[in-house]
Amino acid sequence: MNQTFDFTVVDGIIDGLGRKPSAIIAILQGIQEHYRYLPREVFPYLAGELGISEARIYSSATFYENFSLEPKGKFVIKVCDGTACHVRKSIPILERLRKDLGLSDKKATTEDLSFTVETVSCLGACGLAPVITVNDKVYPAMTPDKATELLKALKEEL
Amino acid sequence: MLKTRDDLINVRSVYGKSLGLQTKKILVCAGTGCVSSGALEIFDRLTEILKEKKVICSVTLEKEPHGTSVGMKKSGCHGFCEMGPLIRIEPQGWLYTRIQLADCEEIVERTIIAGEHMERLAYQKDGKVYKKQDDIPFYKKQTRTVLDHCGQIDATSINEYFAIGGYAALEKALFEMSPDDIVDEISESNLRGRGGGGFPTGRKWSQVKRQKEAKKYVVCNGDEGDPGAFMDRSIMEGDPHRMLEGMMIAGLACGASEGYIYVRAEYPMAVSRLKAAIEQATQYGLLGDNILGTGFSFRLHINRGAGAFVCGEGSALTASIEGKRGMPRVKPPRTVEQGLFDKPTVLNNVETYANVPLIITNGAAWYKQVGPENSPGTKAFALTGNIENTGLIEVPMGTALKEIIFDVGGGMRDGRKFKAVQIGGPSGGCLTKEHMDLPLDFDSLKKAGAMIGSGGLVVMDENTCMVEVARFFMNFTQNESCGKCVPCREGTKRMLAILERIVEGKGEEGDIDLLLELADTISSTALCGLGKSAAFPVVSTIKYFRDEYEAHIFEKRCPTGNCQKLKVIEIEAALCKGCSKCSRVCPVNAITGKVKEPFIIDQAKCIKCGACITACPFQAIMEK
Ligand SMILES: Cc1cc2nc3c(=O)[nH]c(=O)nc-3n(C[C@H](O)[C@H](O)[C@H](O)COP(=O)(O)O)c2cc1C
Ligand code: SF4
Ligand code: SF4
Ligand code: SF4
Ligand code: FES
Ligand code: FES
Repeated sequence: MNQTFDFTVVDGIIDGLGRKPSAIIAILQGIQEHYRYLPREVFPYLAGELGISEARIYSSATFYENFSLEPKGKFVIKVCDGTACHVRKSIPILERLRKDLGLSDKKATTEDLSFTVETVSCLGACGLAPVITVNDKVYPAMTPDKATELLKALKEEL
Repeated sequence: MLKTRDDLINVRSVYGKSLGLQTKKILVCAGTGCVSSGALEIFDRLTEILKEKKVICSVTLEKEPHGTSVGMKKSGCHGFCEMGPLIRIEPQGWLYTRIQLADCEEIVERTIIAGEHMERLAYQKDGKVYKKQDDIPFYKKQTRTVLDHCGQIDATSINEYFAIGGYAALEKALFEMSPDDIVDEISESNLRGRGGGGFPTGRKWSQVKRQKEAKKYVVCNGDEGDPGAFMDRSIMEGDPHRMLEGMMIAGLACGASEGYIYVRAEYPMAVSRLKAAIEQATQYGLLGDNILGTGFSFRLHINRGAGAFVCGEGSALTASIEGKRGMPRVKPPRTVEQGLFDKPTVLNNVETYANVPLIITNGAAWYKQVGPENSPGTKAFALTGNIENTGLIEVPMGTALKEIIFDVGGGMRDGRKFKAVQIGGPSGGCLTKEHMDLPLDFDSLKKAGAMIGSGGLVVMDENTCMVEVARFFMNFTQNESCGKCVPCREGTKRMLAILERIVEGKGEEGDIDLLLELADTISSTALCGLGKSAAFPVVSTIKYFRDEYEAHIFEKRCPTGNCQKLKVIEIEAALCKGCSKCSRVCPVNAITGKVKEPFIIDQAKCIKCGACITACPFQAIMEK
């Protein structure tokens, strides 16, 4: 285990949500929001703090799609492929983003941890389909070309 | 802090008066759609300009305003997101669409100060300018009762909710009704669950009320998993207090003192609006202990989902709140007996709770005036797809399909022909031309082999490939199957594989029968609703569009030309100059030929990527 891992952040999250087993999902969400993934070091620690088995925490963490055990990019781009976006051609946008960043359905995050590209089914902004989000900010009425432009702008911010 | 009934009545009248002093109002839509196209910046800019021009304006509803002012408000979603950012101007009821920052100055000068209408910002259709929001055809045919606050009041302010009579239903329930009266009123109203199943809400409440346990829970299902639907989101964001009020009344009726709201992870704004609303209600003492001195106590918590569609199912949802994997369990025991933390639990959908205050305030008889006897009230639908007006609508239950598509929806986009509408998302079915007169309510749809589901309506025109639609939904369901039971886990995989083969032109004789057989097995043996209804889109598309399946399978042809892999890319020999450009761009070396002679494509190798089409300087390559 990484000896230098600092658990004060995790402690703060647990204190805010309650030191009880039922809070585990909210706690994992808090940790993921901070680190952008779930570092392995936190599992034994949480097991000790909440008095549940590490296996149980793993089983929750792996069940839900939003949890990631691998580090994600600084910008997490989600392409909506819900019904409304799908019929308004969301897939070409996904393909363009992947092509521009050298990613694929098997490789979601760039080597330098700048970008992660994934799909999501419906962000609830269907009236503006097709929609993508970058770190939860919604970008409406996208096209492949707009996606390329957006990547350019985001790269400036890296 | 409100301690008595009089305090509540008083606060309503104080803020009611204050709102009355705002003779002019600018309601900026602050729903997710409009916010993503810049509504909050517009709100700030308008406020800034009003101040610069010395127009007295108030961003919050003051308790004791000094005089009249222009009220600046962040409203909920108007449902017309495509035309956003939207603003509504009161008292005229004008709607301005597609507002930009550069428009703000003119809006303040001409409309707010001089009272002129700005035609260029109004909604226009077929040469006609629509000044008032209510005159626009999209709104005219709607009956907005559950969504009536969305777009009309500030969604972030409890005081504004008080000002228009908020928490009057809770007051009535607390002081004038016994728990039995409440349950009776809801039963009498015939309110049916809006989460998909249409289960009578009153019956559910009385079952929970009957349980002897001391601890009971009220849970709100805000998981809204159907991809392409956003009714619940609009309520949570645009009128959070109405939903909270409904939950409090449920708690009072059933003897629960604690409630949970489960919101899907993709809805961060709904979470923050609900959190703020709960805080406001707690500060006023409408949540907490001994509410208004009645001895009734109620607390609310919010849980965020983590990206699993199956968590919309009741027992999976409660498992998820408990911090476990969100997997459905075998029933009985049912949620009303042993739900959250194994205690009796009322689980209802967001829209269901939002109906409750209306029924309590106005009575069951009033409520039943709209819609058919067995499914009264209204229903919100998300209208999407190849239709002129996409958006969120609310119509009486039992409205005919054609009225929704042609009157509210404005007909098909680009003058194309209507083909089908998929209702109820991945667990629903499709309706076709022959269903144009079908009333949309729980029972009529069930008879027609479809279901209301969550209320997603995806309209498809003649260019939509129905086999591809079925594949799309099966792909979704297969991805979301939790894997607990074999028929669903393996069956959906097999069905998806067959559908994928068919759209790739590798379908075989017998595939249709095999699909129907698998559908039958999964539907009758799966544990939860996800599996039970997984095959519905396939079965209903086969029922109405069998010929399309057959064309794919036997003729290796997609009648709508949508299926990429069934396209044929060919070089027209007469046009080809033999320049070899195409063969150099082909990623799979499918094109060969001698320079200056016509080239040919090896169809067995071609992956239909289309690269050669764009590369040919002589437009000699076509897609057929
Ligand atoms: C796979 C699956 C997903 C569901 N998703 C939702 C949902 O997102 N929202 C919802 O309110 N109900 C959903 N339901 C229905 C719920 O199980 C439940 O019937 C409903 O929340 C009860 O509330 P109601 O009686 O007010 O409709 C789903 C059911 C299944 C089987
Ligand atoms: S039917 Fe599917 S989703 Fe439901 S419990 Fe079984 S495997 Fe899970
Ligand atoms: S469509 Fe693509 S794969 Fe087919 S011949 Fe042209 S370049 Fe080659
Ligand atoms: S690019 Fe066009 S003209 Fe040139 S060889 Fe190919 S088909 Fe013929
Ligand atoms: S389908 Fe993409 S936002 Fe709803
Ligand atoms: S978000 Fe503004 S109209 Fe829907």
